[in-house]
Amino acid sequence: MLKTTPFHERTAALCASHAWRRWAGHIVASSYELSHEREYHVIRTAAALFDVSPLYKYLLRGRDAARLLDLVITRNVLKASVGQVLYTPWCDHAGKVIDDGTVARLDEQLFRMTAAEPNLRWLEDNAVGLDVDIADVSDSIAALSLQGPAAEAIVQSLGAPPLKYFRIAPATLRGIPVTVSRTGYTGDLGFEIWTDREHAIALWDALMDAGRAYGIMPAGMLALDVARIEAGLMLIDVDYVPARKALIDSQLSSPFELDLAWTVNLDKERFVGRQALVAEKERKAQWRFVGVELHYEGLERLYSELGLATRLPGAAWRTSVPIYVAGGQAGYATSGVWSPLLKKYIALAHVQARWAAPGTRLEMEVTVEHRRKWVVAYVARKPFFDPPRKRA
Amino acid sequence: MKAYDVIIVGGGHNGLACAAYLARAGRKVLVLERRERVGGAAMSEEVFPGFRFSVFSYVVSLLRPEIIRELELARHGLHILPLESTLTPLANNDYLAQWSDHDRNRRELARHSPRDAEAYDEFGLLLHRMARAVKPLLSTAPPDPASLDPRELFDLLRLGRYFRGLPEKDLHALWKLLTMSAADYLDEWFESEALKGTKSASGIIGTLLGPRSPGTAYVLLHHYMGELDGVFRAWGFAKGGNGSVSAAIAAAAQAHGADIRTGAAVAKVLISGGRATGVVLENGDELRASVVVSGADPRRTFLGLVGEEHLPEDFVRSIRRYKFRGASGKVNLALGELPRFTCMPQDGPPHLLPHLRGAVSISPSVDYLERAYDDAKYGEISRRPYMDIVMPSMLDPSMAPPGKHVMSIFVQYAPYHLNGGWSDARREEFGNTVIDTLAQYAPNLKSAILHRQVITPADIERIVGLSEGNIFQGELTLQQMFFLRPAPAWSRYRTPIHGLYQCGSGTHPGGGVMGASGRNAALAILGRRA
Repeated sequence: MLKTTPFHERTAALCASHAWRRWAGHIVASSYELSHEREYHVIRTAAALFDVSPLYKYLLRGRDAARLLDLVITRNVLKASVGQVLYTPWCDHAGKVIDDGTVARLDEQLFRMTAAEPNLRWLEDNAVGLDVDIADVSDSIAALSLQGPAAEAIVQSLGAPPLKYFRIAPATLRGIPVTVSRTGYTGDLGFEIWTDREHAIALWDALMDAGRAYGIMPAGMLALDVARIEAGLMLIDVDYVPARKALIDSQLSSPFELDLAWTVNLDKERFVGRQALVAEKERKAQWRFVGVELHYEGLERLYSELGLATRLPGAAWRTSVPIYVAGGQAGYATSGVWSPLLKKYIALAHVQARWAAPGTRLEMEVTVEHRRKWVVAYVARKPFFDPPRKRA
Repeated sequence: MKAYDVIIVGGGHNGLACAAYLARAGRKVLVLERRERVGGAAMSEEVFPGFRFSVFSYVVSLLRPEIIRELELARHGLHILPLESTLTPLANNDYLAQWSDHDRNRRELARHSPRDAEAYDEFGLLLHRMARAVKPLLSTAPPDPASLDPRELFDLLRLGRYFRGLPEKDLHALWKLLTMSAADYLDEWFESEALKGTKSASGIIGTLLGPRSPGTAYVLLHHYMGELDGVFRAWGFAKGGNGSVSAAIAAAAQAHGADIRTGAAVAKVLISGGRATGVVLENGDELRASVVVSGADPRRTFLGLVGEEHLPEDFVRSIRRYKFRGASGKVNLALGELPRFTCMPQDGPPHLLPHLRGAVSISPSVDYLERAYDDAKYGEISRRPYMDIVMPSMLDPSMAPPGKHVMSIFVQYAPYHLNGGWSDARREEFGNTVIDTLAQYAPNLKSAILHRQVITPADIERIVGLSEGNIFQGELTLQQMFFLRPAPAWSRYRTPIHGLYQCGSGTHPGGGVMGASGRNAALAILGRRA
């Protein structure tokens, strides 16, 4: 049986499309309305409310909680201050990415970690000899993500304190005890709000009610997928194969190959995968994860030759698409979408390191009226969309 | 003082687009705008504290996608939000809604006419093909079939070959669209009065013609040519109002090095030996450049800025004959609450009211529109006018204070040549007519109004400088389109004065915040093809 989230009573009533998607064994709305279009634009103009409860969540408590996390993830946890949130991947001993998520320091000895995959065993196995209590709170903590330019006004109208980018704080929103973090998966101004399962419905109602005057709308995974590609944010199982699921070596990725070098702190004495990552840094990663922009006129010409208007993917695709340079394969794109905001066809792609410089001319395969064609594409800087309000 | 290659008179969206393209090509460009802000009729203003309006033009669709791409307007702040539906309230407390979701739309149309529901897709497909067929015309200087200029002949040949390549049935359909009235054309397809009324409204916008006047079918097509994300007939709304379109183009122009000066009204184009040599401002300052481009409409450009003494007599005659006849006005409302249309159930939060996220069209039948035209034909305000209503704050809540709304009402007909002329009293009368008409469908409207702004064609002329308040810088009727816009033999952005060009929507392909005139003019100046 698929599980429902703590918000299901509300989300089900609103899900006019009856379009649901699986996420970590749960069902969540793909879109509430018949099309995800409006839900996408709300992320960029008002505030969109996402149910992100299916995330795996772990609470780590104890004298060695920081040490355990510092050992597991690639970033420096010991230096994180209370109230700080770190986005981070974590690797196996070969330095290949197992998963990515966030680590929030709720207190000196209390952390909450989010993950896309179950990680309890991994955490426990690495905690041998450490004084830390690890609890899987995936089911007991409900989570909402409120994303968009009006998100701040909405959470603050309910009593949330001012928060800087990637900070977290406890708060009481209309009497509901929560933690609020200024985080999200849209590349926009946004917050994630965490509460005990029993407060879930009250929290949903409070946010929807306070958001009404600001144009809040519930939004589903289809809209989120467009936004996260614009934000250049990768998705596990789509843009990379987690190390535990890789069948062959070529499916593995290191953080360097996923454009996450900034998260790898080799100054740390010890963490899982360090040795391998030091070596990889030496010899330089063979692959890079880049943004790609398709040349519109090129695509238009292919359709125009057949007497057709240009067809653009309004919903994100999640398949592997070959990328070429000078007739030879240089890599592959893993997700792409027509950005309704940027009016550009954008994609996220893995390319061999020598083709990774912004502006490099590539060709990407597109299927135009049953025929495989190549369209010129250029390596572009990520994020494609990066509004100042995100960090302001 | 900085020397400029090009001076552009008028900082409307076309003047700005022209400036951006010229600056991008390395020209030193100066834009001179009479008002304190750029944008012309594509501008946003906080008319009442906390309430922002697209004061004049109010939707985006026709803005050419190549301009958005080439000038990187998204990077410069343009965000287009789709308008998803059209609601036509009807007198019997019923309604006709056109939704973007295909199934939902078909079910709704079938409620009125099962035949129309089926015809709708076929009609949409045909207009899609027509829009595609005329699309290459939009980004080219239109060649004059009477011209012997080898360049024009070449363009003509290219265009001829292109049209010969179209399927025969498409050519026939195109000819019908160019010549028929919107009402007759729609009669061939549909039977539902509400649907025909609402569709034919696209054929009368900006023109002092009724839905039964020949030629209006083309205007209908003109409004189908809008293209968003590869989809024709997709209408949108610019976040922050239509001023955002101008602001983004201005930012692109400045990023390419163009200078923009506001509060700089041009009095005359300086002409010496049949050549434009610069401009003189109303404050007496003279500015020199070898190329002068006017974004003003043909009448203001030639009879005002240039002066007929510098122009051939037959050209002056053509310009005098060029028809403006503004026919539309606007009412902008600041609302304390959402209007409740009695024909639609309306309980719940705004996100559950999708019909208020699209347009509301007061166009219950072709007869209704034709009667509205009858009044205007004889110089009166329509007693029951056609209205195209949008509530931008439903899509972009930052347009109004939290929980409050702005409503933009485009109204036709309000003839520029009103019997007895426009006055403050007649403006109020016009505003009252609009509110009274709309309140019949949404009775809470009157009590919801916090502020109102009423704009007549005379106001449009006075404030923005569009002659006779015509929103397209001249009617989009066949006798002044393509190679006849604005005058025979002078349709390719050049003028009888050397070094003087035009880039306003009084040139091909016309108005509707397309930006195509500005871009095409720039390419003509640069001697390039699109």
